[in-house]
Formats: sequence, structure tokens, C-alpha cells
Amino acid sequence: MTTEKAILTQDKTWFAACRVEDVVENGGVCIKYGDEQIALFYFTRRNEWYATQNECPHKKQMALSRGMIGTKGEEPKVACPFHKKTFSLRTGECLTGDSCSIKTYPVKVEDGLVYIKVDIH
Amino acid sequence: MKIIVVGNGMVGYKFCEKLIAKKLPNAEITVFGEEQYPAYDRVHLSDFFAGKKPEDLSLAPASWYADNGIDLHLGDPVQYIRPAIKLLQTHKGHIRNYDILVLATGSSAFVPRIEGIEKQGVFLYRTIEDLHLIAAYAKKARKGVVIGGGLLGLEAAKALLDLGIQDSHVIEYADRLMPRQLDESGAEILTNTLTSLGLSIHTGKNTARICGKESITGLEFTDGTSLETDLLVVSAGIRPRGELAVEAGLETGMNGGIVVNNFLQTSDPSIYAIGECALYNEMIYGLIAPGYEMAEVAVQEICRLSANSTQRTREFTGYDMSTKLKLVGTDVASFGEPFANGPEVRNIILKDSAKGIYKRLNVTADGKYLLGGILVGDAKQYNLLLQTCKNRILLPQHPEDLILPVREGKKEEGTGITALPDEALICSCEGVTKGAICQAVSDQGCETVDEIKKCTKAGTGCSGCLPMVKDLMVHTLKQQGKYVRNVLCEHFNYSRQELFDLIKLHELKTYNEVLDQLGKGDGCEVCKPAVSSLLASLWNEMVLTKGNDTSQDSNDRFLANIQRGGTYSVVPRIPGGEITPEKLIVIGQVAQQYGLYTKITGGQRIDLFGAHVSDLPAIWSALIAAGFESGHAYGKALRTVKSCVGSTWCRFGLQDSVSFAIEVEERYRGLRAPHKIKSAVSGCIRECAEAQSKDFGIIATEQGWNLYVCGNGGSKPQHALLLATDLDSATCIRYIDRFLMFYIKTADPLTRTATWLNKMEGGINYLRNVVVNDSLGMGAQWEAEMQALVNAYQCEWKVAIETPEIRKRFNHFVNAPGEKDPTVQFDSLREQKKAANW
Ligand code: SRM
Ligand SMILES: Cc1cc2nc3c(=O)[nH]c(=O)nc-3n(C[C@H](O)[C@H](O)[C@H](O)COP(=O)(O)OP(=O)(O)OC[C@H]3O[C@@H](n4cnc5c(N)ncnc54)[C@H](O)[C@@H]3O)c2cc1C
Ligand code: SF4
Ligand code: FES
Repeated sequence: MTTEKAILTQDKTWFAACRVEDVVENGGVCIKYGDEQIALFYFTRRNEWYATQNECPHKKQMALSRGMIGTKGEEPKVACPFHKKTFSLRTGECLTGDSCSIKTYPVKVEDGLVYIKVDIH
Repeated sequence: MKIIVVGNGMVGYKFCEKLIAKKLPNAEITVFGEEQYPAYDRVHLSDFFAGKKPEDLSLAPASWYADNGIDLHLGDPVQYIRPAIKLLQTHKGHIRNYDILVLATGSSAFVPRIEGIEKQGVFLYRTIEDLHLIAAYAKKARKGVVIGGGLLGLEAAKALLDLGIQDSHVIEYADRLMPRQLDESGAEILTNTLTSLGLSIHTGKNTARICGKESITGLEFTDGTSLETDLLVVSAGIRPRGELAVEAGLETGMNGGIVVNNFLQTSDPSIYAIGECALYNEMIYGLIAPGYEMAEVAVQEICRLSANSTQRTREFTGYDMSTKLKLVGTDVASFGEPFANGPEVRNIILKDSAKGIYKRLNVTADGKYLLGGILVGDAKQYNLLLQTCKNRILLPQHPEDLILPVREGKKEEGTGITALPDEALICSCEGVTKGAICQAVSDQGCETVDEIKKCTKAGTGCSGCLPMVKDLMVHTLKQQGKYVRNVLCEHFNYSRQELFDLIKLHELKTYNEVLDQLGKGDGCEVCKPAVSSLLASLWNEMVLTKGNDTSQDSNDRFLANIQRGGTYSVVPRIPGGEITPEKLIVIGQVAQQYGLYTKITGGQRIDLFGAHVSDLPAIWSALIAAGFESGHAYGKALRTVKSCVGSTWCRFGLQDSVSFAIEVEERYRGLRAPHKIKSAVSGCIRECAEAQSKDFGIIATEQGWNLYVCGNGGSKPQHALLLATDLDSATCIRYIDRFLMFYIKTADPLTRTATWLNKMEGGINYLRNVVVNDSLGMGAQWEAEMQALVNAYQCEWKVAIETPEIRKRFNHFVNAPGEKDPTVQFDSLREQKKAANW
């Protein structure tokens, strides 16, 4: 591993966001991390966790955590409640034909706590 | 090859478009047009008065010509042609040689020689320029007259009405309106309709003189009568513009039409004439469809020459002059041989002077074939009749059924599009046949009307054929077994109606159960709210329980409408629009406490905007404590039942409309449906509550209530239709129960009642049979089901604030409850706030 990469990973940290039972099943909640707003999703049907930026890039609305989640084929996605643009929860790519994409974060669950990997501020 | 087109009108443009598509290797195209604007849609010229700008009417912008290598000169009419040396000169002095010259000079309005016709205030009706002049002059005109009661004259008369000249007259020389298209009875019905719309019609009048000094003040007729007016539009027919051809020595007809052969060649083989200036078989074709066909034939001819081929593929052999028009809002159509008569012909005539409908079919004596006909007031059957006529399709046994109004319980008769041969011309503007459309679907994979439009150009002209295009598409898809069933989305292979029955049968209560048992995959934003709505309509359980919260649309999930910036609106129910001063004060106090913007809505209640999600439970606690309930402004559910003040105060009121509105609103509050439902109760036919624009509307009569259904405001307003009359309150409620249950069970998702009815076979008569005559035998069951829903009602905001697990969901940050979203911003406006722009 090059030193450069090692430094990069050190800039990230696992942030304990909330407890598992705080998150709605098959839906999202909004996490505050400093000035950052993160949408955290518990896709209970697939037993998968995802995190993305909360802001919808379309009209810059802090809304994605209130969107409905689901799948397109196998791809997990979230639909913005404002104008129903959809984004892949895995890659952040916009699935409804726009070029805008959203940031995604790694998530892990340990001892009933949900951790999100964030940049150290 | 140098090709010069004279005239940049509709046909001249179409010629260019078609020629470009052929990509001829060394064609140099030049166009000279007299008007200032690039070719525009003359057929929709009158839309100019409805606010369309010249650009909106334009068929292609000037850049289109440049992009396609066409040298376009506007405002530069050609002055003369010298066929012997293949040369022309324009007004601005351009001198050009050509190999092929195409005359597309159209026609001009015919100006009869009447004394005084040169006075100010006398106008023609053909170009954008004419319309500019009329509009400017009309500002000071109170009375207006149109000479000419034909198609164009009536359109001009409509324009005068649109310009606000309420006292408008039409003068026709013949004994009836539209003498070329209509017989006496048809013209009589049309005259009655137009008169009732405020036009004065004078037939059998010959104008002798136009009076006034410099400007027109009136008309005198040969019978000695006269008519005052401030403005006159002359629309007495058209004259082909053959002046260039006459001067050049080409063969022309009496009226100046340029004589052409089957290939649109004039007497000089290098010169073609197309459109309204061309005289074919002693006939001028004053319509767009034959003009486009001429353009097509001329283009093929030119391609043939350029390829040095001797094989001719297409000929012009005349054209059907059938037309369908909307005149001042009334359908008028005439097709085939509209006047056919005599021993060989059977005339079938339907005339209803009260409804303003006249229909005439001319059928062969043996009843087998349709020769032609006339439709006034209702021309829905035009397309099919025209096709039946043109393609000599065998008529059904009782051809009269084709024009009779559909009787109750009877399906609409007709030969149907399936009977049409492949050559049947569906889009006459672009000359697209049934075969071509079906092929686009089967071979080129078009599965939407838009794709077909792109692929074949069908429906891109006047768009009148689009319904048939769609039917053909569905039919072809069905034939291929490819018919896409009306399924919900990729997760459910059922229609909404099928799912409704299945969920009920299996007694499923949650979205997850439904998905597991009836669907596949993990759901999406389409099926989740649709299934949630079904569950609510079936069981009326609180929508946020049993894990159903995240399958609701975001608005249902937070029991409020999300608005710009991410705050929510709060709408308490105010049944019938009636509210006590005490409750008004509470609304004011709550709004002050939480800093909300307040507004009276269009639904007779009050909306409070700008609430943070974390404030919603407290706001609702205060409102509920004061006796309010949720207004379901966020749900696909009953919205408002508006009322007018009715017999309690109003001197005209026949019944107590406020009390009834409140009763109705309280009965159906919270009822979830495929889309929102709205209602209103008016105390008399003055209709101050606008009941006829509602999903179901009630109007008081001396005896009781008239019930109207399936009205709609929104982007495509539609008046509600009368379902039953003079009902007592209990019967009225029973009918509404049945009507709503039938709707809830059978409509597609997000379909308002108006759209639902529009798609229903048999329409209002069928619906009336189901609801009033109980033809399906479901009446009693539906009433019982509705009663169960009514009994299960609870205010969902009350449940939400009283249930801790639900209440805690109303937070912006899950890890910082109570903290508000810091990105929300407001601006101030008129002493209140508004959402910051996005
Ligand atoms: C507040 C109000 C405008 C106002 O300031 O007066 C309003 C506001 C909205 N209307 Fe409306 N409509 C309001 C009366 C109407 C009316 C008039 C009426 O009800 O008499 C109509 C036409 C009548 C009709 O529906 O047939 C109307 C036709 C629509 C439509 C078009 C429906 C259609 O069938 O075409 C939509 C869009 C939709 O529902 O899909 C819509 C959607 C909306 C939404 C929900 C759009 C949205 O998702 O944000 C707005 C939500 C406001 C909010 O946050 O509360 N609104 N809307 C009115 C609330 C009435 C109430 O008290 O509940
Ligand atoms: C108000 C109105 C409503 C109509 N409604 C319908 C309808 O509903 N259905 C239907 O099928 N038809 C309708 N028509 C008829 C339709 O518009 C015409 O059939 C069509 O425009 C004919 O096209 P064209 O190119 O032959 O002539 P035009 O569109 O008249 O174009 C001819 C052009 O050539 C120009 N020109 C003439 N002489 C010269 C010259 N020497 N040099 C350069 N340019 C020259 C003219 O200025 C004009 O711009 C309507 C017409 C009007 C006026
Ligand atoms: S008309 Fe449009 S902008 Fe106005 S309230 Fe209704 S939906 Fe909103
Ligand atoms: S703001 Fe998200 S789709 Fe428009």
C-alpha cells in the first residue's frame, strides 16, 4: 500500500450514528454529522444498510431521507419526495436520466449500533 | 440542379421538408417568400387571437432552412419569370437561373367589387399581417361584420368575438351558411347554434355599397336594408395567385389557377405548381391535405428527373375534399358526397334542434355502402365514417346505428378500425396509411404514440387522427400478443383492480404481505403508494401502523404536504367551509405561535404553511384540542365538500346546502381512493358552490337534490354529468356510497373520476345503470362496505400524536430530536413569510 492511500484512509472514520431501532424499517432517517446531513436507509427486506447525502441535487432539498426506497431490477434506489427523481443507493448514480449523482457512504452495524464512514472534519 | 421555390407558405415549406429528406446529391435549393415570416401554420391562424405569437405558429425557424442548406429570402416576392431562358427576377433585384421552378404561391382572399371597399376599417383574413391590422383596429370597434358565411368567414367571425366585439354579424350571399359543405337542415342547425353564441347571421344578402367617409360606418344591401358597423372583414372566397404564371404565358384557368397535370407540371415542363395556386382538373384544392400530397408527388417527380429514371411512382389523381372543423366551438364535418340524393340513394337523417345536432348519411339504395354525409354539432364519428366511405367498407345491417345516440346498455355500433384495409389513409395531413402505422408498431417496435409520431409523422399535422393512431397501436400490439397489460409496475403483474380483489380475498393487511404473496422483488415508489391506498380503501386502518408508514407517499408518511424548502403545510378540516369565531381564533393563535403563513384555500378552508416537521405534532395537538381534525390535504382521499350558504340565509336557497355539505363531508372524511375526491353542495341552480366541477356535486331543487358526477377542475376541466334528479337526502347518500365504491374498486391508480368515466365503455348511461338501477346487483354490498369504512374512521393525526412510536418519527434528525433543519430558509412577503426560492 502506498503512503498516499494510507493517509487517505486515515482521513475517514466510523461515526456511530444511531441505534438500529431508531431507523424505520424499509425507509430512511436523517443523521446529523456536524454540518453534514446524511440519509441513512435500512432496507429491511434485503437486510441491507445504505447511506447517502440527504440533499437532493435536483433542487437542493434536504429530503432524500424522507423518500421511498425500492428496486429497479436488482438495483436498490431511493425516490426523492419532491419530483420523484431516483438514485441508486449503491453507487449514487441518478437512475432517471439526469447527470447529477449523489454521494454515498459505507455503513456497518455492530452491537446494535449503526456506524457510517465519514470524512474527518 | 438549381431548384427555386416561389412562395414560403404551408405547401412550399412541406415541399422543402420532403425534398431535404431525399438527400439529393447536387440539389441547390433557393426559396423566395413574399411574407416577412418563415412559413407558418395558416390553418391555426386564428390561434393568434388566443395569444399565440408568430413564432408559435411557425412551421420551422429560419435557422432550419440554413441548417439544411436552403437559401431563404423573406419579404422578397418574385416579380417575373422568363421560362424561355429559365430565369426570374425578384422585387429586391435578385436575378436567378433555375433548372426547376416550383410555384407555391397559394391564393389570396377574393375581394368582390363593392363600392367603397377601399375604405379604412375593411380587412382581409389570410395572413399574420392581416390579423395584426384587425387586432389594432378592433380596439376602437364595437360592431363588426364579416362578409362570407363559409368556412373562413365563420372563423373570422369567431375572431371578432374573441377580440371582444360582442355585436358581430355574418353576411352570406347564398340562402344558407357554408353552402359548399352543408345542406339546408345542417345550415339551419349551425345557424341556431351560432346565434345562441351571440353572432347575428344574415343570409340571402347581397352587399351593394360600403358607407362612410374615409372609414367604414355601415353596409347597404341590394334589398334596401342596411347595417351599421365599425369594422368589416371580407372573406368571400379565395383566388389562386397565378399572376406570375399569366405574365409568363403559362396556361392558367379563368380565375388565375395554374393548370397542372398528374405530376404537377405546368404547361412548361420545367415549372411545377403545387398547393392552392394549382388548378388540377379544373379544381382548386383549398385545403392543406391535398396541398401536401401535391408536394409529395412533385418531390418524387424531381427525384425521378435527377436520377434520370423513367419510372414514375406516384401520381396526383385528385383529392377528397372531406373536412372536419371546429367553428366557434361547434363541430362541422362534411365528407364524400354530402349532397347525394335521388332514387339510387338512401338518406338517413337525424336532427335534434334542442341539442343542436344534425347528422346526414347518404347510403347506396341497397344499404351496403356509405356515399357521404354531413355532421353538425357532434362529429365524433367523422374519422370512422370517412374511412368507411373512402374505402367502401360494407356497412353494418342497420347503418342508422352509426349516427344514432348510443342507447342505454348498448355498445357503440361501428365498423371499427380493424375493418379498415391497409391502404386506408389515417393521417391525411401527412398521408400516412393504416398499413404504415401498423408496420411502425410491428416492425419498428414503436410502442407509444410519440414513437409512432416520430417514426411515421402521423398525427404531426392537425393531430385530429391521434385517437385512431392510438387505437391502431393498441390493436397491433394486442395482435402480436405483445399487448402490455395494464399492470402496476415491475413488481406486480396485476392491474389495480385485480390487486384490489386479490388483497381482499387473501385479507392482506400490510404492504410487505402483499408484496410477498402477490408480487416479486422489493417494491418501488410506484407500487408502494398504490398498494397503501388499496389497503386504506379496503380496511381503513390508520395508515402509519403495521410498518405501512414507509410504503406511503412522503406526504402520507408525515400526514402533511411537503413544500419548497422541506417544510410542511397544515390543513385542518373545516366541513362545508363553516367555522366558528372561536375556531378561527385558535387557527390564528397556532399560526402565530409556530410562525406559519396562513391562506384561505380554493377549497373553502385555511392552509397553514411553513411548519417544521418536528413542530407538526405540537401544532396538531393544539388544533385537535380545539376540536379540529385532519383535513387529509396530503392524501388521495376526500378533500373538501364546499357549500354555498343556501336556504339558511340566501333569498334564493331551496334547501339547507350547508347542513347537507357538512353531513356529506363528515360521512366520507378520511376515505382513501385512487385519487383525491372533491365535492360541493349548492342551494340552487345559481351554483355558487361550483358543484358541477366536482367528482360528485349536489344541487338543490324544489323537491330535493340533483346529483352530478365525474366533474374535474385541474388542467383539463370537465363538467360533471347529471346522474339522478330530485333525490331525498338518504337516497342521495346511498347513490354516492355506490358511486364511490364502484370508483374505488375499478379505477386505475391516480385516475380522477372524470378520467375514469371517460374511459368507461357506455359512459354515463352505463354508470347510471350501475348506480341507480343497480344493474350489477352490487348496490347493497357496496352500501354495507361503505358503512363499515365510515364506522372505522378515526382522525389519523389524533392517533399519531397519542402513539409515542408514531409521534417520535416527526423529527428531522434521528440523532438530534427536536433540532430543526438549519438549511430551511424563508423570505418575508406582505407581513408574512414565504419559502425561499430554489
Ligand atoms: C392550497 C390549494 C391552493 C390554494 O392556495 O387555494 C391547493 C394546493 C395544492 N394543490 Fe390543488 N390546491 C387547492 C385547490 C385546488 C382546486 C380547487 C378546489 O378544490 O375547489 C383544484 C381544482 C379542482 C379539482 O381538483 O378538480 C386543484 C387542483 C389540483 C391538482 C389537479 C388535479 C387534477 O385532477 O387535474 C393537483 C395535482 C394532483 O392532485 O395531482 C393539485 C395539487 C395541489 C398540491 C397538493 C401540490 C403539491 O403536491 O404540493 C398543493 C398542496 C398545497 C399544500 O401544501 O397544502 N391541485 N387544487 C387549494 C387547497 C384546497 C383545500 O382546501 O384542500
Ligand atoms: C383562416 C384560415 C383557416 C384555414 N383552415 C383550414 C383548415 O382547417 N383545414 C385546411 O385543410 N385548410 C385550411 N385553410 C387553408 C390552408 O391554410 C391552405 O390550404 C394552405 O395554406 C395552402 O398552402 P399554400 O402553400 O398553397 O398557400 P399559402 O399558405 O397561402 O402560401 C403561399 C405563400 O406564397 C407567397 N407568395 C405569393 N406570391 C408570391 C411571389 N410572387 N413571390 C414570393 N412569394 C409569393 C404568399 O405570400 C404566401 O406566403 C385555412 C386558411 C385560412 C386563411
Ligand atoms: S395551482 Fe399549482 S402552484 Fe398553485 S397550489 Fe395548485 S399545484 Fe401549487
Ligand atoms: S428536489 Fe428532488 S427531485 Fe426535485
